[in-house]
Amino acid sequence: MVDVPLGPAGLVPPAEVEDVELYHPHSWVTKYVFSQDAKVIAIQYSATALAVGLIALVLSWLMRLQLGFPGVFSFIDANAYYQFITMHGMMMVVYVLTALFLGGFGNYLIPLMVGARDMVFPYANMLSFWLYLLAVLVLVASFFAPGGPTGAGWTLYPPQAITSGTPGGQDWGIILMLVSLMIFIIGFTMGGLNYVVTVLQGRARGMTLMRMPLTVWGIFTASVMALLAFPALFVGAVMMLFDRVLGTSFFMPAMVEMGQQTDRNGGSPLLFQHLFWFFGHPEVYIVALPAFGIVSDLISTHARRNVFGYRMMVWAILAIGGLSFIVWAHHMYVSGMNPYFGFFFATTTLIIAVPTAIKVYNWVLTLWRGDIHLTVPMLFALAFIVTFLNGGLTGLFLGNVVVDVPLSDTMFVVAHFHMVMGVAPILVIFGAIYHWYPKVTGRMLNDTLGKLHFWVTFLGAYAIFFPMHYLGLIGMPRRYHDVADFAFIPASAHTLNAFITVVALIVGAVQLVFLFNLIWSLRHGREAGGNPWRATTLEWQTPTTPPPHGNWGNETPVVYRWAYDYSVPGAKEDFLPQNHPPIAPATAGAAP
Amino acid sequence: MSIIILFVGLLALIAGWWLARQRLAAKPWLEEGALGEFPGTEATALPAVKVGLGVFLAVVGALFALFLSAYSMRMGLEDWRSIPTPGLLWPNTGMLIMSSIALQWAKVSADRDDADVTKVCLVAGGVFAAGFLIGQLLVWRQLNASGYFLAANPANAFFYLITGLHGLHMLGGLVALERTIEKAWRGGATDQVRLSVDLCAMYWHFLLLIWLILFSLLTGWADQFVEICRQLLT
Ligand code: HEM
Ligand SMILES: [Cu+2]
Repeated sequence: MVDVPLGPAGLVPPAEVEDVELYHPHSWVTKYVFSQDAKVIAIQYSATALAVGLIALVLSWLMRLQLGFPGVFSFIDANAYYQFITMHGMMMVVYVLTALFLGGFGNYLIPLMVGARDMVFPYANMLSFWLYLLAVLVLVASFFAPGGPTGAGWTLYPPQAITSGTPGGQDWGIILMLVSLMIFIIGFTMGGLNYVVTVLQGRARGMTLMRMPLTVWGIFTASVMALLAFPALFVGAVMMLFDRVLGTSFFMPAMVEMGQQTDRNGGSPLLFQHLFWFFGHPEVYIVALPAFGIVSDLISTHARRNVFGYRMMVWAILAIGGLSFIVWAHHMYVSGMNPYFGFFFATTTLIIAVPTAIKVYNWVLTLWRGDIHLTVPMLFALAFIVTFLNGGLTGLFLGNVVVDVPLSDTMFVVAHFHMVMGVAPILVIFGAIYHWYPKVTGRMLNDTLGKLHFWVTFLGAYAIFFPMHYLGLIGMPRRYHDVADFAFIPASAHTLNAFITVVALIVGAVQLVFLFNLIWSLRHGREAGGNPWRATTLEWQTPTTPPPHGNWGNETPVVYRWAYDYSVPGAKEDFLPQNHPPIAPATAGAAP
Repeated sequence: MSIIILFVGLLALIAGWWLARQRLAAKPWLEEGALGEFPGTEATALPAVKVGLGVFLAVVGALFALFLSAYSMRMGLEDWRSIPTPGLLWPNTGMLIMSSIALQWAKVSADRDDADVTKVCLVAGGVFAAGFLIGQLLVWRQLNASGYFLAANPANAFFYLITGLHGLHMLGGLVALERTIEKAWRGGATDQVRLSVDLCAMYWHFLLLIWLILFSLLTGWADQFVEICRQLLT
């Protein structure tokens, strides 16, 4: 395990790093398979996560087929339906979004954006990916295990998660799920240490914290949060595994199962809920903060305008990161906990809306009178703002105890969290892929296909999830396999459900266009050059594109300015890269 | 959950203290300029691995704080029957303290470039730590032999689980220590040995601290504290 040398005192990375000191790989295998280059690891992470995303997408199709056309597809019985929602939810949240934002974008962008040669612990970084892959394989294996995957819901609430009525509860399903999560968390910790310490210690000369692009701020804060939040899931998983395999009663209360008194005694299911949501709520922001950061950079670059209120954006990211550790119990209003707690958590929940709202205002103000280029990344960024706003507003409703109680476990909740943490981050991921693909491959993605992909996805996502608010309001429950015979659900709602399903199929299919674009453009895309978007951040200033191992050739960059010098008066071009030396000494002297 | 909240609060204080020195109120759009013109926000002088270990210890701390939170919440339910403190835990604790002292000694002598003493101390630290682990296994056997089975009561389950987890962390530390000893023996660059010894000592002290907290909980000294924490939440 050779670290990237940081110079004798480690204070400031040296300008030149001798070639021998970089651990250059020597064979094809160490270069592309067991690679320690963060950029290769990033691509491995992203490809795996996208593959998992496809599986989760197909699962959502199957669920929608059942909801839209109940009874037509006989292989989707109640058990299968529960297994589909569980695997869909867990895959999307943990194995797709977290892995993509931190493992994928974090690995690719952090070293490049802060001007480092690589992550500080490349070996651990490599292990991180392989453990992630192992976790995915264990999870997918549960589809083939006797009894199939677990159907406990992605929240895995005990006691039902490990009792015989739930699919996978007394078979392999839940065990594989818990083991997979534990492996994922260990792997993530290795990666997370890298993301955090690289930002702390690996920055190029001149790259002060307040000169970092917001993308780095977002990913950095999210990594810190994930390092502290995932252990809660780990603890929950270990204890539940003990309950399931070794017969302990951490969570399992005394109860009657299949007419038999079990030999458990007074465990506390509520304890699991606390642990789960201590992880679960920060998790929402673990996927949201990188998205926030990336969107800020996309908007600024494609509107040729500096981010409005950079300092406030940084503070807001930090405030959200801190506050999100004290709001978890708003997921437990209906769990029977002390009502005074409900009040406390409702308050913190509303407080956290303040920094979030500030960010939305600042994005809008960044766009205000900007020179907006409606490129594909920009379209996705704009769509994100709208969608996030929408989801955030319904979140304010759900954050209040009296409103939440009747809406709990209805389609309204499904609509809310898909808007805010499903669709919104996915839109950012797409935008980011269109934005950085030229750096990764040297070629542009096809624009026409990109626009097609964007419009169908964006409008389609609204067509899918907007009506669900209404379905929730009239009382259509969530996690129900079959709602065909409920008197209070009118026939029109069933038509609506069928409509949603058809749109979901179309939106899913359009993702194939995106996949095709990714592969086709590798060979046939337009040559991009080093900096096609004329952006300021360091990753666009590498001497060659795609950047080689070690990123910077012989000399690491020196940073002279912040990340948002767009349309600076007096500059020759409408952007000044971060490593562009000061233009007018007079302006540099602003600080006395 | 109040224990983990306290822990996260503590981390937030540390992070806040650090951030307060990072000129977060600077106006970066005005600060165009050459190296060193704007003070104080570069990386710290610490080696990256040391910062890395610090962050890792925060994660380990969170893990144990969460277990203790769960412990304190579960403890309040009716079926809890505390287990008597196995006497063997005392010598084990002594062993762990000795191990930590040995490593601290190793660190001091490594700083003084005293290679021989360093080597001896490292080995002694390893032996004591191994002794601790063996002692813990004996405790498990004793408990099992006198009928305190894992699944019989949540108090037992927590005891096995938490001590087991602590032991696993110790074991991981031993692997790192073994590599350090190798390094010291090969007499490689003293800088590197010094850093490794330093990191081992840091990790050991941390695990000792965790153990002392666990020990005081498991023996019931900290019950009152736990009681307060639980009252806060229910
Ligand atoms: C093509 C897009 C998607 C469609 C059509 C879709 C559809 C669905 C449906 C029908 C359910 C089950 C509702 C129920 O019966 O309770 C569901 C649940 C869920 N989805 Fe999605 N989804 C999509 C994308 C996503 C994404 C991107 C995420 C990432 C956050 C996500 C996260 C979840 C979660 C966490 C659940 C809850 C699972 C549970 O109840 O245990 N979904 N989705
Ligand atoms: Cu939440």
